[in-house]
Amino acid sequence: MTRALRFLGSLAAASALLVVVHGHGAPAPADPQQPQQTPPPQQPTEVATTIRGDGAPPRLAVPDFIAGSPDAETAAIAKTIAQVLYDDLAFEREFSLIPRDTYSTIPAARSFTEVPLERWRELNADGVIIGLVQKTPAGIKVEVRLFDVRKSVTAFGREYSGSAANPRIYAHTISDEIHKQQRGLVGVARSKLTFDSDRDGERMFGTIEARGVKEIYISDYDGENQRRITTARSLSITPTWSPDGRSIAYTSFQHGTPNIYIMNIFQGTREDLTKSIGEDWLPSWSPDGTRVAFSSTRDGNPEIYVANRDGSNIHRLTQHPGIDTTPTWSPSGTQIAFTSDRSGTPQIYVVSADGLGAVRKITSESYADRPTWSPAPYNEIAFASRSGPGFDIKVVDIATGQIRALTFGEGTNESPAYSANGRHLAFMSTRSGKSQIFTISRDGKNLRQVTRAGNNYRPDWSK
Amino acid sequence: MQIRLAARRAPLVLALTVLAFACSSKKPPVARPAPPPPPPPQTQAAPARPAPPEPVREPVVVPPEPVREDRITSNNLDEINRSSPFKPVFFELDSSEINAAGQAALNEDATILKRNTNWTITIEGHCDERGTAEYNLALGERRAAAARTYLASLGIPADRLKTVSYGKEFPFDPGHDEAAWAKNRRAHFVVTATK
Repeated sequence: MTRALRFLGSLAAASALLVVVHGHGAPAPADPQQPQQTPPPQQPTEVATTIRGDGAPPRLAVPDFIAGSPDAETAAIAKTIAQVLYDDLAFEREFSLIPRDTYSTIPAARSFTEVPLERWRELNADGVIIGLVQKTPAGIKVEVRLFDVRKSVTAFGREYSGSAANPRIYAHTISDEIHKQQRGLVGVARSKLTFDSDRDGERMFGTIEARGVKEIYISDYDGENQRRITTARSLSITPTWSPDGRSIAYTSFQHGTPNIYIMNIFQGTREDLTKSIGEDWLPSWSPDGTRVAFSSTRDGNPEIYVANRDGSNIHRLTQHPGIDTTPTWSPSGTQIAFTSDRSGTPQIYVVSADGLGAVRKITSESYADRPTWSPAPYNEIAFASRSGPGFDIKVVDIATGQIRALTFGEGTNESPAYSANGRHLAFMSTRSGKSQIFTISRDGKNLRQVTRAGNNYRPDWSK
Repeated sequence: MQIRLAARRAPLVLALTVLAFACSSKKPPVARPAPPPPPPPQTQAAPARPAPPEPVREPVVVPPEPVREDRITSNNLDEINRSSPFKPVFFELDSSEINAAGQAALNEDATILKRNTNWTITIEGHCDERGTAEYNLALGERRAAAARTYLASLGIPADRLKTVSYGKEFPFDPGHDEAAWAKNRRAHFVVTATK
């Protein structure tokens, strides 16, 4: 445990090095995910411009950022930020990104005042993002401008400073802020994944030594910066992000029977939510973060329960001799979907979050589990549906009952989880051999593998 | 652990071999009384009995390799569970119902539990990979609970029967065919205390 605490201490230290944002346009809204971030100072507002393509998504170019200091590290950071920013912007498909290998004929800008906009116009760009990275005593300063190539004005301008330890966070922040300002979209570039993994190959202590452990990992949304956050050397599985992105609730078998713990990842502290009563699994945070739903056998049969964030006021939601498990909250927090075999096979049902009123059956698949309610504005539930020898990810529109598939029998596909903007899902698939985490857009496009080491299971996507 | 046991036992085995050799030099080998067959493991399995410093008092009648009994009489839970005296219960796909074969296994398991009244066991519920990881946690619990209910109905005190579901996290056979799946759908018994 000492090792764990030391590790988590260093995690907390790393997280404290978050970017300080200075607004050059409208001040950025306070980001609930990063409360330790200093609020941006008020700055004179520039002309607010929204870049438009001609009917199509605006075409953007993202050349390497300018290295404002002569050292190799700054040059490397300037390259990294531009590449990651390109990928982040491409991920949401709000812009059409002009391939970076077509920029070579255009002379690199040396400063914001000598950007060859007419040359970018020749490349049919609607906008070009120019950045400047400079060393500072504390780390780096990154300035960025999005130029409207057609109007020759600055559409977006910000300045960031902080540690040089993780240049990717600058790109993620720039991407999210450009999406917000230009498209009114909450991007996912700064969001994170969590999942459980057997990659360390460690074996459990206890009665049967050959059993492999699973630990909880977190990573950036694109699979970068993967790091372990548990060291229980047991089964630590089914992690879920708290809405504020500061805690992870998960199922732990550390004390024999499964119980639910909450890991406060920046403090390195852990709370015992269910106080080891019965077998407890599959925590799910209410959208406001004040409550956690879970399945438990504390009354002798798997039922759905809801507890306050501090473990108090546990009350039972379901009353059925069948299995009730795998809860998920509606975005409003007023309803809970769950899996039940009360009709014979596992299917998805919905009940009001206070447990009152009728239980409504949502699916009639051969076998459906792991419902995950989409964020607004989409009113749908993703789940794993048995098809052939394995499972596929499907989505049911709650209003119409219409079902569409996102995967089509390549390996088995389980455990879907939505991104905060509802436009993407993470899930587990064996299509590449072992169990790995993938992301896919809600229209079934843009499939990406984000883990490669060991087996990885049960992803959740931070808000 | 096994290596350590073997090392500890090596001098003993050597001594016994020498003794046996000394005896056989006096008598023709055919005249030596055949060693009695090892007693059934269950009768030797009472771990409350302190492990004897030597496996037997009469070296001449010792079986050449008394390893199996020793492993059973050990108080070490790992040793007991590695050569588990309990029969697992196997289940049909998506089912937690105990069939006739499962009842027969549980009847034998109950006999062992009645003979070893100081044992507390954990009944592990396991599932094959054809269910989802999440639902299998509940299904495994159902399987463990079904075995527990059956054993309790045979008079085993419920407080000696703990349950835990591992879903499909610990397959016994890593294969992806019916033979593997059939092995992985089970209630598995582990001795967790011998106080």
